[in-house]
Amino acid sequence: MIEFRNIDFGYDEKLVLRDVSFDIDPTESVVIMGPSGSGKSTVLRLILGLECPQRGEIRIDGRNICVMKEKDKQELRKSIGMVFQDGALFDSRTVGENVGYYLIEHTGLSWQEIERRVREMLGFVGLDASEIIDKLPEELSGGMQRRVAIGRALLSTDPKIMLYDEPTTGLDPQSTENVLTLINKLTRERSISTVVVTHQIADALGVAKRFIVIHEGEVAFDGDFVGLRDCRDDRVRNFLGPFRASMDLVAEKKFMNGV
Amino acid sequence: MVASLFGRPIYIAETMEQMYLIGIGSLFLVVLTGLFSGQGFAIAFANELSDFGAKDYLGRIMSLAIVRELGPTLTGLMMAARVASGITAEIGAMKSSNQLDAMRSFGIDPIKKIAAPRLITLIVMVPAMTVICDAVAIFGAWLIAIFHAHISSTMYWAAIRERLVFGNIFIGLVKPVVFSLVIAFISCYKGFTSEGGTKGVGQATTDSVVMSSITILITNFVFTKFFFPMLRGYL
Ligand SMILES: Nc1ncnc2c1ncn2[C@@H]1O[C@H](COP(=O)(O)OP(=O)(O)OP(=O)(O)O)[C@@H](O)[C@H]1O
Ligand SMILES: [Mg+2]
Repeated sequence: MIEFRNIDFGYDEKLVLRDVSFDIDPTESVVIMGPSGSGKSTVLRLILGLECPQRGEIRIDGRNICVMKEKDKQELRKSIGMVFQDGALFDSRTVGENVGYYLIEHTGLSWQEIERRVREMLGFVGLDASEIIDKLPEELSGGMQRRVAIGRALLSTDPKIMLYDEPTTGLDPQSTENVLTLINKLTRERSISTVVVTHQIADALGVAKRFIVIHEGEVAFDGDFVGLRDCRDDRVRNFLGPFRASMDLVAEKKFMNGV
Repeated sequence: MVASLFGRPIYIAETMEQMYLIGIGSLFLVVLTGLFSGQGFAIAFANELSDFGAKDYLGRIMSLAIVRELGPTLTGLMMAARVASGITAEIGAMKSSNQLDAMRSFGIDPIKKIAAPRLITLIVMVPAMTVICDAVAIFGAWLIAIFHAHISSTMYWAAIRERLVFGNIFIGLVKPVVFSLVIAFISCYKGFTSEGGTKGVGQATTDSVVMSSITILITNFVFTKFFFPMLRGYL
């Protein structure tokens, strides 16, 4: 359960988020959309407790993360998985060590067992494990790094919340499909809250039924697909732009595929 | 920041890795520093002393100068140049590529994971390197003593031993421990607080080396001038 209550936040004096409020239930998936620089990544950072708001309250599972002690925050973060926008892979560790990071740090599993799960996960995100497991992240292409980052976030023992910052940007259609399937699978099987930040309208429709549009730090829209398509708010209409016309088409296709 | 340096968990593997990188990596530099400054100083002193017909004192002077002043300061400066820059650059790069945040997102405290192993390593390695630097410098001065100043080897070693007393050794070992704290705190602090991408990391790295070098020199003076005289009665 994620609750944002009237959040004001700025990295310096200038506010990046203004009076942002929303609730995300356990088992619910939400897509956050908005123009570049509108504050989407910032919302995810706040959920992780990496930043604290100037005003308002953020509750994760009923607990106000901003008044928590550093130790409790660490404990809480173990149950939150995050895919950073730029991947943020540990560049001096191998792909295997990156993907297995959570298990290495927080479980007493043997390296054999961890490696088995890492290989499985790499296969899951469409990468050839035996080829890249001992490579450094910099030896991979951008799209491969992104998938390694997703694998790393997914391979923890028991996440309750998953945050994805533009997980499909820069991926080919097949990998995009895999990643979206993966996100859906995880959301359904483990009943976790999922927040996906994305620009891809088609992807957005594939992973969630609820959409939040952020515009210059304010929530411009919060609702379902039909509401989004028919939204009269200029900020939302401008953001969707040419996509609005094709939204029905995209939706039809998605629904036909049974998503 | 200081509070989370201590206490669990302690990352053994990281600490061992740092011991290797910082210790073994600095060995060559420290040996060279010790050898050449030991010889340089020995030549200067030997020339001066022979004017007074006091060449036999070379060992005493070298022993005192190396163990109490030269060894700790030179090693401190060398470690500041080599290790402080490395630590700041590494932490700064991790910060600017969000790796520190990624670490936090896994419930890991970067200060415990990154700063603590480096602090522990420096507390062990700076004194160890100082001892090595001392030994090599004394050896270098011995070469000068026999081949340049033509002092007998026995005389030289006797003079060295005469000044190798507990008080001097103690001072010579307390200083590097203090220097290791200086290097660890400044370099980690500069890394964690670096801002502004690549350029910011570069600036932080420069600051880190300059600040720790100057702090080492000033601390060294303060200790020599004010603290150790206070201990004189006890040593
Ligand atoms: N570390 C920071 N320090 C200062 N300002 C920042 C920092 N990070 C982001 N900002 C500012 O906060 C605002 C929102 O940034 P954010 O990264 O949340 O945008 P975004 O919606 O994720 O954009 P994009 O789609 O391009 O990723 C921007 O105006 C940005 O300049
Ligand atoms: Mg972003």
